[in-house]
Amino acid sequence: MKVLVTVKEVAEPEDDFQISGLEIDEKFLEYDLNEWDDYAVEEAVQLKEENDEVEEVVAVTIGPERSEETIRMALAKGADRAVRVWDDAFEAGEVLDPNAKARVLAAVAEEEDPDLIFTGVQADDDSIGGTGVALADELGFQWAAVVNAFEYDIDSGVANVHRELEGGVEEVTEVEAPAVFTIQTGINEPRYASLRGIRQAQSKEIAPKTLGDLGLDDSAIETPVGITDMYEPETEADTEYIEGSADEMAEGIAEILRKKGVAE
Amino acid sequence: MSDVLAITEHRQGELRDVSHEVVTAGSELAEAAGGDLHLGVIGGDVDAFADAVNLEGVDTIHTVDEGEEFNHDIYTQAVEQLFDATGASLLLIPHTVNGMDYAPAVAGKLDVPVVTDAIELGYNGGLEVTREMYGSKVETTVDVDSDEAIVTTRPAEWTPTEADGDASVEAFDADIDESAVGSTVTGFEEAAGGDVDLSESEFIVSIGRGIEEEENLELVEALAETVGADLGSSRPLVDNGWLPKNRQVGQSGKVVTPDVYIAIGISGAVQHVAGMKGADTIIAVNTDPSAPIFDIADYGAVGDLFDVVPALIEEFGGEAP
Repeated sequence: MKVLVTVKEVAEPEDDFQISGLEIDEKFLEYDLNEWDDYAVEEAVQLKEENDEVEEVVAVTIGPERSEETIRMALAKGADRAVRVWDDAFEAGEVLDPNAKARVLAAVAEEEDPDLIFTGVQADDDSIGGTGVALADELGFQWAAVVNAFEYDIDSGVANVHRELEGGVEEVTEVEAPAVFTIQTGINEPRYASLRGIRQAQSKEIAPKTLGDLGLDDSAIETPVGITDMYEPETEADTEYIEGSADEMAEGIAEILRKKGVAE
Repeated sequence: MSDVLAITEHRQGELRDVSHEVVTAGSELAEAAGGDLHLGVIGGDVDAFADAVNLEGVDTIHTVDEGEEFNHDIYTQAVEQLFDATGASLLLIPHTVNGMDYAPAVAGKLDVPVVTDAIELGYNGGLEVTREMYGSKVETTVDVDSDEAIVTTRPAEWTPTEADGDASVEAFDADIDESAVGSTVTGFEEAAGGDVDLSESEFIVSIGRGIEEEENLELVEALAETVGADLGSSRPLVDNGWLPKNRQVGQSGKVVTPDVYIAIGISGAVQHVAGMKGADTIIAVNTDPSAPIFDIADYGAVGDLFDVVPALIEEFGGEAP
């Protein structure tokens, strides 16, 4: 059996940044593997390590050539190979419609024919949180969103998962494969890539694909959803700042605590 | 003229607060779009829930008596059919863990675009959604150039509607294809039990990613002990296994309402803020002056916790480790 993991290279702005047009200026951005996807990769790799039946873990991403460095981290942590989809059509900007992204990922999934797909719950940068479930719908797979415990019975093809609801409550759900699971942080302890893993990753395949390679055209990612403005939120807070040295800040905080009567 | 359909949410026999919030978002949007507000109540004790959400601004409540608890296969089918039957063109679903589990599937089935995690909605011939990106560091305006759209609305962004209404309640006979129901909810578990219940605490010292290493935790533990506060934390420390789940403050952890909450090295991600903004007084200590935590703090100290915390311990006669 095969496991597909969707991964995304996400941009993270520095503490101080500037917006130019509808984007944060490139020079204030750093790139990294999306935190949720790190857990999704780990879950897939652990499943393979624990079950001989899992033959391959394939990572799939939508990203420019730059993102190969990040995708290689997933390979260094144990994914066997990767597929990277990119096309001029993506240059127009972030695709904000999860169902548009899902059409692209589904085309890869149809070629790969996985039994299980792991995605992160959401991406750090755009926080959409819908691509995994949209992908399941597009493929006609079952799914579970926001999974923080995962057990899979290979013989029956049934996954027993916990979905992390609000307020410390978890829903226990059985889901039949083939299925997509959106993975929540904390489900496992993502490993650090070993030196050996990093070395091996250099020779693992990252196959580039265009929309055309997948039998799609630009219309697959066309969406009526678009950003028309980006700005730094105006703070409504009337926060009172305690200035000065660390000692002066401590003094100021202590004064507040005593005034509120919670500490003496 | 565009009608709005909004979907309510319940769990374990209780209507969830987001149901009242989505009524507010829905009635504002329906008014702006010059249409009616329809509400969908799916599963559980639908008559009691319909009664509870018969609120000001709601025109029609549609009850779908299918299942006790949330099941995404039933919700997906029921909402898809309600959208068609009501003739609504705008669909609002709370951006909750369950909302995330079915809204994208409804969008796929209806082939209608979905915009998630909205914090504000406007209508000016077309739908305008305000949403955040990059961990609340920027806001964006998103236009939906389509007659029909689905939006998921962030919890606690709209004031809940409490005033009674006079909506008509209609039972909706959804045609649920049982063979399309491939997931089965078998139960619920309480994950955050343990030695302390932070929702009862009056004074909380809470620590976030700024602590950097597990062995540095003893510093804030010493502070909590010296000042007599309970120790809380943001999600990453619990994810790392450094602190137990019952210490986690936020949407998926504890919702706390202490007299004083000191957030140390916590950036203030929306999921964390959802759990602590009800504190009477919030004090934030963070090196990053643009950290969102300062937007909700009453008092802020832009400084290094490794300098400020030891000094604070000494202020109260303790000894920093």
